Amino acid sequence: MALFVFVCSAAMILVGALGVVTRSNPVHAALSLVLTLFGVAVTFVALQAHFLAAVQVIVYAGAIVVLFLFVIMLLGVDRAENLRIEPLRVQRPLAFVVSTGVAAVVIAAIVRARDSLADPSRGLAPTGADAHDANVREIAREIFSSNTFAFELTSVLLLVAVVGTVLLARRQRSPGAGHPVRP
Amino acid sequence: MTGQLAVDPMLEGGIGWAVVLVVVVKVLLVFVVGLVATMLMVWFERKVIAGMQNRVGPNKAGPFGLLQTLADGIKLFFKEDLLPERADKFVFRLAPYLALVPAFLAFAIIPLGGDFRGDKAGIVTLLGQQTRLQLADPPVGVLFALAISSIAVYGIMLAGWSSGSKYPLLGSVRASAQMVSYEAALGLSLGCVLLVSGTLSTAGIVDLQTSIGNWNIVTTGFVPFVIFLIAATAELNRPPFDLVEAEQELVGGFNTEYASIRFALFFLAEFMNTITMSALIVTLFFGGPQPIGIGDTTIDLPIPNAIEGTVWLLIKVIAFLYVYVWFRATLPRLRYDQLMDLGWKVLIPGSLAWFMLLAAQRVGREAGWDQVVVTLATALVLLGGYGLLSRANRVSRENRERDGAQF
Repeated sequence: MALFVFVCSAAMILVGALGVVTRSNPVHAALSLVLTLFGVAVTFVALQAHFLAAVQVIVYAGAIVVLFLFVIMLLGVDRAENLRIEPLRVQRPLAFVVSTGVAAVVIAAIVRARDSLADPSRGLAPTGADAHDANVREIAREIFSSNTFAFELTSVLLLVAVVGTVLLARRQRSPGAGHPVRP
Repeated sequence: MTGQLAVDPMLEGGIGWAVVLVVVVKVLLVFVVGLVATMLMVWFERKVIAGMQNRVGPNKAGPFGLLQTLADGIKLFFKEDLLPERADKFVFRLAPYLALVPAFLAFAIIPLGGDFRGDKAGIVTLLGQQTRLQLADPPVGVLFALAISSIAVYGIMLAGWSSGSKYPLLGSVRASAQMVSYEAALGLSLGCVLLVSGTLSTAGIVDLQTSIGNWNIVTTGFVPFVIFLIAATAELNRPPFDLVEAEQELVGGFNTEYASIRFALFFLAEFMNTITMSALIVTLFFGGPQPIGIGDTTIDLPIPNAIEGTVWLLIKVIAFLYVYVWFRATLPRLRYDQLMDLGWKVLIPGSLAWFMLLAAQRVGREAGWDQVVVTLATALVLLGGYGLLSRANRVSRENRERDGAQF
C-alpha cells in the first residue's frame, strides 16, 4: 500500500516536473507545477505529515501558483514561446552546471543518510502520530520553542522583501511625467 | 496505517465488508444529497428572490415549480456544445471539472448529523459499526476545507483564460485577485475558531458547542463570524462580490464562452459551493448538528436523537442559505477598488487584530494574569496599530489624488 502510494505520487511529481520544463506555453507549465505540488502533498500525507500537506496545498497550489497565473494573464505572455531563441547566452550552460550540482548534492545526501532512511522507525512520523492534532502540536513546539530565532529571521526576510517590492513599484517619477510622488 | 486517515472509530482495526459498505453508502449519500440539495437551492433562490421582488417565480414544472431546475438541467444537457476556435482546447475542457470537484470534496468533512449529547461525540451505530455521520474526518480537519477552497479558484481562472476572448479573461483576472485576497481574511477568522476550540477536527469543534453560550460565535466574540461570512461570500463569488461574472460589464464573466453541459457544471459548482460554505459556517460557529440549547436546557425534537442532529443541521443551513439569497436580492455590487479596499484594509487587519486579542487573552489565562488588564493592554496596542494604518492609508490616498487618480 505504501509502495503503491509512493509510486503514484512520484509519477505525479515527475510528470509535473517534466511538464514545467518542456511545455512551451507558460500557463501549461504552471499547471504542471500544480501537479508536482499535489504529488509532493500526497507524499507528505504518506509520511504522516498531514499538516505540511495541507499547508503545501493552501500556500503553494492555492496562492503562489495562482499568483503566477495571475501575472501571466495580466502581462499577456500566455502564448507559446519559441524555445530555440536564447535571450541570454550563458543561461543554458549555467543551468546545466547548477542542475548537475543540485542533483549531486541530493544524491550525496541520500547516500549519507542511507542508514537512517532504511530504518522505518526513524521516519518523519511525530511521536504519537495517531493522536488527532499531533502534527500541529509538534510543528508548533519546534517552531516556537526550539527554532524561534530562525523563524523570526525568516519573517523579517519576508517583510524586507515586501517593503522592497513596494519601494521599487512606487519609485519617484521623472519630473516630466506629471507631479512627483512622495515615496 | 491505523488511525492515519481518520479518527473515525470505524476505520481503526480491521476493515471488513461492512466497513466498506458503510463508506460506499456514505460517499453515494453525500454525492446524491449534494446534487439534490443544489437542485432545491436553485429553486429556493429563485422563489425567494421572486417573493422579494413581488413576482411569482418558477411555478410551472412540478408542484410550486420544484422541478424547474431539473427541466433546465435536462435542457442544458441536450444543447449544442460549443468549443471556441481560439480556445485552449485541453484547459477549456478541464476547467468545469476543476470547479465541480472541489465543490463536492469540501462537503466531505462536514458533520452531517449524529448524536452529540453527553459523551457520545456524534458517534452512531450503522450496520454494527461505530461511526460518525460524516464522510471523512482527516487529521487536518478544517484546513482541508481551506485547501479545497484555495483550489476552487483554478476552475474559474482557467475557464476565463482558456476561452481565448477578452471578457472571460477580465473575469478570471478579477477572480484570482479577489479569491486570493479574501482567503487571507477567511483563514485568519478560521484561526480564531481553532484557537478557541483547540482542535482542527470538525467533529471536535462541533462537540464543544453544546449550548448557545458555548457556540463559537459567542466564544470568539462575534467579529470573526462577520469577517468569515463576508470573506466566504467573496470566495463564493456571490453578490455583492460577483464581479467575476458582472453581466453589465463583462457579458457573462468567466463563463461567457461556455454552453451546454459545461456551463451546467459551473452552475452546479457555484450553488454546491454556497451550500457547502453555509454548512461550514454552521459547523464552525453555530454548533452544526447540535440541538439549540441555553445553559442545560436543550430543545428536544420528538424524533430519535440520531436523526435529530441532521434535522438541526438542515434548519441552521437553510437559515444561512436564506441569508445568502437575501444578500443577493438586496445588496448592490461593489466596485473593484472598493472590493480590494474592503479586503486588504478592513478585513485582513481586522481579523488579524481580533486573532491577536484572543491569543493574548489565552496566554493571560494560562499565565494567571488579570483578564481585564490583558484585554485593555492588547486593545490599546491594537488601537495604536489601527491609528498607524489609517494614517498610512490617508497619506497614500492624498498622494494618489495629487497624482490625478480618480479614486
